[in-house]
Amino acid sequence: MGEVEGFSTPPPSRIPAAFAAAKLAGRTALMPFVTAGYPDLATTERLLPALVEGGADLIEIGVPFSDPLADGATVQRASQAALANGVRLTDCLDLARTARTKHGVTVPLILMGYYNPILRYGVERFAADAAAAGVDGVIVPDLPTEESDELSAACRAHGRDLIFLVAPTSTERRLTEVAERASGFVYCVAVTGITGARTALAAGLADYIARVRRHTDLPLAIGFGISTAAHVRAAGALTEGVVVASALIDHLDTFPPDAQPAAATAFVRGLRAHEAATTA
Amino acid sequence: MVTAVPAADPSPMSEALAAPPAAWPDAHGRFGQFGGQYAPETLMPALEELETAYAAARRDPKFQDLVDRLARDYVGRPTPLFAANGLTALGGGARIWLKREDLAHTGAHKINNALGQGLLAKTMGKQRIIAETGAGQHGVATATVCAMLGLECVVYMGEVDIARQAPNVFRMKLLGAEVRPVSSGSRTLKDATNEAIRDWVTNVETTFYIIGSVVGMHPYPMMVRDFQAVIGHETRRQTLEQIGTLPDAVVACVGGGSNAIGIFYPFYPDAEVELIGVEAAGHGLDSGRHAAPLTRGRIGVLHGSRSYLMQDDDGQVIEAHSISAGLDYPGVGPEHSWLKDSGRARYVAITDAQALEAFQTLCRTEGIIPALESSHAVAQALIEAKARPADRHIVVNLSGRGDKDLQTAADALGMGL
Repeated sequence: MGEVEGFSTPPPSRIPAAFAAAKLAGRTALMPFVTAGYPDLATTERLLPALVEGGADLIEIGVPFSDPLADGATVQRASQAALANGVRLTDCLDLARTARTKHGVTVPLILMGYYNPILRYGVERFAADAAAAGVDGVIVPDLPTEESDELSAACRAHGRDLIFLVAPTSTERRLTEVAERASGFVYCVAVTGITGARTALAAGLADYIARVRRHTDLPLAIGFGISTAAHVRAAGALTEGVVVASALIDHLDTFPPDAQPAAATAFVRGLRAHEAATTA
Repeated sequence: MVTAVPAADPSPMSEALAAPPAAWPDAHGRFGQFGGQYAPETLMPALEELETAYAAARRDPKFQDLVDRLARDYVGRPTPLFAANGLTALGGGARIWLKREDLAHTGAHKINNALGQGLLAKTMGKQRIIAETGAGQHGVATATVCAMLGLECVVYMGEVDIARQAPNVFRMKLLGAEVRPVSSGSRTLKDATNEAIRDWVTNVETTFYIIGSVVGMHPYPMMVRDFQAVIGHETRRQTLEQIGTLPDAVVACVGGGSNAIGIFYPFYPDAEVELIGVEAAGHGLDSGRHAAPLTRGRIGVLHGSRSYLMQDDDGQVIEAHSISAGLDYPGVGPEHSWLKDSGRARYVAITDAQALEAFQTLCRTEGIIPALESSHAVAQALIEAKARPADRHIVVNLSGRGDKDLQTAADALGMGL
């Protein structure tokens, strides 16, 4: 960064360093999720540095899509509202760029979005523009390994991490295939189900994570249903990273847009609170 | 439920199961560049399990025999091929024949697929069935088969469709199904499908998802086609028997496209038979208010497969419009996209107004009240017949009957019920 526009090579993905730093500090990498353009673009822009201030190690930015079939009610609602605000994939890239250039956000930024908008944007052009905008990784929930060749190659060419999801239902053969293609980290879907806040973590989580671990040396992150500091603590005992999405959005919904950045900082800090207590 | 008496007749329903052609789709579920498996990882093992179970069932003589006997004794197959003399006279050209899928049990072709998949679910030991429905015909067919096979049934249906297809909602409830209203997005078939997929992601270990058209992730487009191909096999045999030759053209409406693929498929090798798919032009192709992805869409990914799709420049899926709930879908089966690009089939579009006119025409000329979906095919058949001499023959797939559409038609015609 900082080079003359047009002559710079985008820096390599910041994801490995972020996990390494969290590990060195003896903590679980915390990865909050916000939907770009919800409640509006200006607020999302302020939310990103606020999340970092609260202790986010990486940030997932949800790209709105008309048919988010892996998402529960909360992310669906956020996605629909963002679309109604006119938010598009280019706005998501701009959001990352602004976070880097205007707000000094240095944690990894990861776009999470469905495949069709990427396909329409152009897979190669998307990877290039994502790199230029300061996006480090991409998660595409409807792109299993079988369909990932094109985006995989484009991300590799531009030094971005294409992050794959595994699920409790994943077979050994599928875990092997994911491990062969994965970069950055492996996203372990905590439940057999869609996104959304839940009261309890899934049973059998430890066995499932151990099973994934046998296939890869990459960091693992748990997401889907992680809602409270207690969840973060329990999940963090198993993996290097934890994603908190719907619970954060549900919480921010109880504040007016102006108050959401401060609320986001406090919420992320609260998810971390146990660590200070337990590691002290 | 079933006895061990083998089917006496030739076994049309199992024809496509027993002898699948080698080329379509490939091992990755691709028809050329179309199709595939754009599904959440959670579902991928279930899709593999389904593919394996289906591959075994389609080769299993016992499964074939069961499908054939229930197709005959429960569905009422084969359905007749009827010479529509009144319609022919009106067209003033080629002779028009109607493949009477409206006479199948539950009043539409949807039962062929629901029966096949229901039996497969039973074979796999899945007790809970989910389905999406637009017009309600697939929901009714699924609820019907579940009642017969003793399976639990949940049907997702958009709120808009629930309002315009009230009789079918009541039918599903009578048949013991739970109808879950879907209030997200456009509140039609597209969103009902999203919700059914979310249910499947959550309950995948206990649940079988009966998709109602040749859409979705592999192996669904192939499997649904195979179960619907009985329409084309019967039609081909009937035209040879009743006409003595193959038809000049076969015409069918296309929403997701299952009735069209079903009747087209056995005619693929017959190069002299023109295959014509009819999409819904709604208020007109230039109005933007239509359901014609093959005619006006661009290639994209929706509901697990790559195909033509109604979408904006950002890749957001556009809401479709058609007077017919069964055609009101912004996507289309990947095999149709392949047929379009390869040139084997031709796709056209018929407006709401044209379909309504054909709806009334068929009522008066033949004493048959067609579904509004099928009315699109009837309208195109009249156009095709006019352009051809009297010694030619055109087959229309009359995919469903119109009882479910009486309220919609009455409203549109300003008549009131």
